[in-house]
Amino acid sequence: MTAWLGTDTFIEIIYLVATALFIMALVWMRTPATARRGVRAGEIGMLLAIGGTLLNHNIIEYKWIAIALVLGSLIGVPLGMVHMTAVPQRTALSHAFGAFCVTLVGTAEFYLRAPNVPPFMMSVLAMEVILGALTFTGSLMAAGKLQEILPQRPITYKGQNLVNLSLLAIAIAIAAYLVHDPSRVHLFPLMLIIPVFFGVLMIIPIGGADMPTVISLLNSYAGLSAAAMGFVLDSKLLIIAGALDGASGFILSVNMSKAMNRSFSNVLFGAFGQEQVASTTAQQARPVRSASAEEAAAILGAANKVIVVPGYGMAVAQAQHKVRELYDALSKRGVDVKFAIHPVAGRMPGHMNVLLAEADIPYDKLLDMDEVNDEFPQADVALVIGANDVTNPAARNDHSSPIYGMPILDVDKARTVMVIKRSMSPGFAGIDNPLYYLDKTLMLFGDAKSFVGAIVRELGGSHN
Amino acid sequence: MKMDLLTSLYVFMLAAFIGFEVIRQISPLLHTPLMSLTNALDAIAVVGAIILTGEHRSTLSTILGALAIVAATSNVVGGFLITDRMLKMFKTSGPKK
Repeated sequence: MTAWLGTDTFIEIIYLVATALFIMALVWMRTPATARRGVRAGEIGMLLAIGGTLLNHNIIEYKWIAIALVLGSLIGVPLGMVHMTAVPQRTALSHAFGAFCVTLVGTAEFYLRAPNVPPFMMSVLAMEVILGALTFTGSLMAAGKLQEILPQRPITYKGQNLVNLSLLAIAIAIAAYLVHDPSRVHLFPLMLIIPVFFGVLMIIPIGGADMPTVISLLNSYAGLSAAAMGFVLDSKLLIIAGALDGASGFILSVNMSKAMNRSFSNVLFGAFGQEQVASTTAQQARPVRSASAEEAAAILGAANKVIVVPGYGMAVAQAQHKVRELYDALSKRGVDVKFAIHPVAGRMPGHMNVLLAEADIPYDKLLDMDEVNDEFPQADVALVIGANDVTNPAARNDHSSPIYGMPILDVDKARTVMVIKRSMSPGFAGIDNPLYYLDKTLMLFGDAKSFVGAIVRELGGSHN
Repeated sequence: MKMDLLTSLYVFMLAAFIGFEVIRQISPLLHTPLMSLTNALDAIAVVGAIILTGEHRSTLSTILGALAIVAATSNVVGGFLITDRMLKMFKTSGPKK
């Protein structure tokens, strides 16, 4: 190895190439046809960057690096092999790991540099550590809620926002004081520990239905904390990767908040203080029309165009493979079958698409809300499986409804609506759905998996 | 090589603009793999952790650095792995039907 290989310039050139590959990775993610090429580009960029870093002549001891790289890879493999329904909690966990890494490096850098930390350096260091620490515990909490280790129900108490915001304000005040006087080294642990608690408290009041927004938001925070670390370490590569990640998380959280009709400021600092909807248990039993699998199969088989509206209930019931069989059986009869995907249909942005793709449903049949809403009036049947609030027409026309203004799938515009549902109990938000009482609506009571299976059998297309 | 802080800010700003423009074009179809991919890319923080560990400037910094490498590497490996697994599943109804 020539001495030239270890020079800063050479390593910086490697980083430059890695940066370009990272950007190309995201460009290629645009369509499924090129997306895997994007993953390759990212992998090559990552290998180059890590390889280049190992050439750094400041590194005097490789033992711990090697051990840590091996250990990390061993942990990473099972995390890469989780089931598709578990991808949201895996993602939350990886945000936690990323933030953990950033926080540790920030902490080490502070103690190496203190007490001589210039003001700008101290500001970004504080930002790195505060964002990193709150993202770390916040993401662990989110992962726990998604894995259902922790209660999914939001836990709220009086003055919650005040407590949370004051904590954050104290952490920022300490940071400001350290910028002013970095020799107060003993204040640093306090600045570290407060966001750790803040992260926990931030997620406590957030319910399961809001998880898509929260995960995206934590994604953005993780990216920003990594970018701050890039400022501390003078690494353009890290600044750019962090900025890309931060931008991505930001766009996704804005998308999610729009899809749930939350205001933008509400998103920026988590879904703080969302109103708890008093569930209307006083609901009178109104008449609904129900139908058997046989009747449903007859209507579906005679249709020209069917739009399936899957919700997370479908995934919970593990019904996606039966839904694929239904898709096959109907397609064979010449029925045009499409899937309408609401942005918050899964537990994270795009989750429902992954679950349906896993069941081998072609992705060109998966339409997002804007594309598909024009098609409902031409559909003979809209088949709702395990979705509720995202089909609730009250969001469109009932000003008193708690979900008024939320963009919904216009299933009520289809000629016939079928809803597979266990019972008449209201959904996540505890809001009654007027869709179920329409004349054109047929309720198909039962477990999603077995009911769809029964329809498939009636259509004579079952695989077993 | 010390980099001008202002230059860093320019780099950050431009990267954020590129991020917004590129990511806005990504179909909602792929938002889950997008998040796991950006997560893996974000784990480039591992390079900072590697230098911190290897420089061996204090016991604390070496321990924290090594832990940071473990955390980031698990994101690199797990993130790329799951992104590719997800993308492999996306098929079009294409010409064969």
